[in-house]
Amino acid sequence: MSQTDKPTAEPLVRIRDLVYSRGERRIFDGIDIDIQRGKLTAIMGPSGTGKTTLLRLIGGQLRPDSGTVWVDGESVPQLNYRQLYELRKRMGMLFQNGALLTDLNVFDNVAFPLREHTRLNEALIRDLVLMKLQAVGLRGARDLMPSELSGGMARRVALARAIALDPMMIMYDEPFTGQDPISMGVLVTLLRTLTDALGLTSVMVSHDVQESLSIADYVYVISEGRVVEDGTPDTLRASTSPWVQQFLQGLSDGPVPFHFPAADYAEDLLGKTVESSR
Amino acid sequence: MLDALQRLGATALGVAERMGRGHLFLLHVLGGFPALLPRFGMVVKQMYSVGVLSLVIIAVSGLFVGMVLGLQGYNTLVDFGATESLGVMVALSLVRELGPVVAGLLFAGRAGSALTAEIGLMKATEQLSAMEMMAVDPLHRVVAPRFLAGILSMPLLAAIFSALGVIGGYFVAVGLLGVDDGAFWSQMQAKVDLHEDVFNGVIKSVVFGFVVTWIAVFEGYDTVPTSEGVSRATTNTVVHGSLAVLGLDFVLTALMFGK
Repeated sequence: MSQTDKPTAEPLVRIRDLVYSRGERRIFDGIDIDIQRGKLTAIMGPSGTGKTTLLRLIGGQLRPDSGTVWVDGESVPQLNYRQLYELRKRMGMLFQNGALLTDLNVFDNVAFPLREHTRLNEALIRDLVLMKLQAVGLRGARDLMPSELSGGMARRVALARAIALDPMMIMYDEPFTGQDPISMGVLVTLLRTLTDALGLTSVMVSHDVQESLSIADYVYVISEGRVVEDGTPDTLRASTSPWVQQFLQGLSDGPVPFHFPAADYAEDLLGKTVESSR
Repeated sequence: MLDALQRLGATALGVAERMGRGHLFLLHVLGGFPALLPRFGMVVKQMYSVGVLSLVIIAVSGLFVGMVLGLQGYNTLVDFGATESLGVMVALSLVRELGPVVAGLLFAGRAGSALTAEIGLMKATEQLSAMEMMAVDPLHRVVAPRFLAGILSMPLLAAIFSALGVIGGYFVAVGLLGVDDGAFWSQMQAKVDLHEDVFNGVIKSVVFGFVVTWIAVFEGYDTVPTSEGVSRATTNTVVHGSLAVLGLDFVLTALMFGK
């Protein structure tokens, strides 16, 4: 790891030698990741590299085959049911499509964690919910049902819900995917301001390169189960790795070839490979 | 040959593994029942969608099944001049067998499939995952109230089915076929035993409610989170639920009435 400016504070999330396989496929093959407190860390990589899986490993929804995941000094895979649920009260997660509860309206969705975990009276819950909704700019949408929201609004409501219990950390799963430029801009600003204003630790999984680089404090690029490169956005842009450059610039051909591995084109057309494979 | 054996073994292992998961799931859900007591409103809300919304199909079916019983029973009994016993025949058939069984089958089709689809879609849209990450156990918050509502609703539905069936039989027998009014009721009153017949029927309906709801919520929770997976899980609920009702009915009947 090429961390020269190592901060003195212990990282909130510390992942070491993490190995995780699904079926025959090895998704992570020994990765090390540190998430610093109060910073916005982006984890980037091509689709299908298990970025979402990584968040689920941090949240304890999946167990690693080997390696350690430490969150705020606790080893997540070794926690029992009760400890895990206690830890999760201090984490928020924003799912790709928001994952709002479809039978509740916006207000009740944001109030849901408060009602489940606290004994606050309704008047106080109302104030808290309106404050959270105000923070994401949707105080006026409190009576709408999730089906009446646009994708970007649903994510903002989910964000308000994720910060309802004032967690220490929020994990964002592909927050920008499928957003129009305006709601993308809104989300980008929100992520950054919430991280700064609330002193949150944010972990963002994304493959939207420009947006991620513009707001992240630190970036990990993972591919094929390994951390390919990590550093601040500026060091990453200056990276000499051809793979990282292809990923950052979105080139169609490079270390990741345009063509799926196949037999020679000419031979294939002439039908020779078909015969030889028989 | 070896291949077939291997596949047989793999299938058996798969079934056993799924059964194991189903039972662990059941234990976990039952563990959430005590926490439902102070929040019984959640269960009542589910009883509305599981029970009340099934009322129409249960009521109409009960009425028609009773009417058919009246007609068929009359045709048989009239040869022996025993049409006064029609009331007993209708009531016993309904209370002991048809009430719990047909209501159970309808329950699997109407309420079970809805439960599976609802929970399966909640899984597919990551709502269950989101709850887990909010430190709310979906097995306790989502599944347990639905499960309890199913167990409580099913005996009530079976009772309504039987009651309306008797009324349907009465309409046909007394209104249409001219069976004596007093004989119809008094014979029924004399021959239908509260413990032997009614309670055993209630026990059956509780068991069916438990098993069908268990299958429904487990299929929903265990679904492959795609549209195809949800559709397969819903089909499974209806098929497995119906088979379970019929199979268990035989076992329970043998235990209760077998001499």
